[in-house]
Amino acid sequence: MSNAISPDVTIDSRGATCPGPLMDLIGKVKTLEPGTVVELQTTARNSTTDVPEWLEEAGHDLLEIEELDDEWRIYLEVN
Amino acid sequence: MHRVAIVGGGTGGTVLANRLADELQPEIEAGEVDVRLITADEHHVYKPTFLYVPFGKKTVDDAKRPIEELVDRRVTLTIDEVTDVDTERKQLSLAERATALSYDQLVLATGATLEPEAVPGLAEGGHHFYGPDGAEALRDELAAFTEGHLVLSVVGVPHMCPAAPVEFVLMVDDWLRERGLREEVELTYTYPINRAHGLEPIADWASDLFEERDVNLETFFNVDEVDPDAEVIETVEGKELAYDLLVAIPPHRGSDLVTAAGLGEDGWVDVDRHTLEATAAEDVYAIGDTADVPTSKAGSVAHYEAGVVADRIASRVRGTVPTATYDGKTVCFLEAGMDEATFIEFGYGEEPYVREPSTPLHWAKLGYNESYWLTARGLL
Repeated sequence: MSNAISPDVTIDSRGATCPGPLMDLIGKVKTLEPGTVVELQTTARNSTTDVPEWLEEAGHDLLEIEELDDEWRIYLEVN
Repeated sequence: MHRVAIVGGGTGGTVLANRLADELQPEIEAGEVDVRLITADEHHVYKPTFLYVPFGKKTVDDAKRPIEELVDRRVTLTIDEVTDVDTERKQLSLAERATALSYDQLVLATGATLEPEAVPGLAEGGHHFYGPDGAEALRDELAAFTEGHLVLSVVGVPHMCPAAPVEFVLMVDDWLRERGLREEVELTYTYPINRAHGLEPIADWASDLFEERDVNLETFFNVDEVDPDAEVIETVEGKELAYDLLVAIPPHRGSDLVTAAGLGEDGWVDVDRHTLEATAAEDVYAIGDTADVPTSKAGSVAHYEAGVVADRIASRVRGTVPTATYDGKTVCFLEAGMDEATFIEFGYGEEPYVREPSTPLHWAKLGYNESYWLTARGLL
């Protein structure tokens, strides 16, 4: 976990292939209040490009992408 | 007596029951094994038929056969609804039966359920072709549709037959051209992520065809709400799209039975993607749409998975180590219009190659649909 960011909500999409993690995120973000910090856990490399693109499209803030061994943690804030 | 229970009489459950009847024939005839198929529906439904119903090419009756006609006589067929799965005691509760049914090995093949009501206004404002009633209502609507904006919106992902929305748009484009109405109709296809399909080669192929055929493409389009009175779709991304005829792929969910049994969230069973064995319980497998594996919710997947699970179950019955595994094999025919189609196949970690569409492949798809009933019987 990132030291700087403590998420309010964690979505574990590890093992899901594209577009699973992005769809998991979209489904969850719809239900969250502005200001909520979300951590998306993913093993799909595509998420590191697809998720930031969607965040920009939907008007949410990308905070950080952390790379671990064969998986990524994407942190964002809901607007 | 070794009891194998299969829940669900769709492609996966039916193929599996028939495969096991063949594979375990000596043991069944000796009274050592019972293969039981439990399904709530007296009919087996071949859902790909519904794609052709809106165009008047097939009827909903073409999609179904009595399951009794498809299942090998060596299989015990139980028409009933399973209401509870107890994986600790290895028992199933049934709606019409007072006593619980015990099993030694269980396969869940309960499929996917449409859930249009998950999106406000969608059930009232949208049509779909993913079930008999929806396909017939869309057929009537399409027959009367002569001008305006037809929107095909993929609302739910994952959904059954990931190729079908692209097929529908290419078919309706051709169908309208044949009737001299294409100039009067604006066509738009929407998809939730940043391309036209989850699989990149299909997305690229579809995007090129959409451009060629004057179909608008809207990506990053996640439907939040449909206003059936104003005929407007609103998205999570803050977009609005007006329609005259909305054809939507509704959200799907798995089985409540699965969630209640603690086998997986959203009704899909968490399984090992190769062995198809449930991660949360012993001697439980899932196949078809029910299994949460990283490939398509397609009939071919259910078919290949059924073959693998049949081998694994037979090995267990005989006390040998199961070695059959599923490699993600998926095969799909894709219609590219009313008289041409393409064909793809791929496995885990592989990208499909989309062939040039041709008329012979269209006829191969229709031929396969006809011979499907042999597949269900376990013969193909």
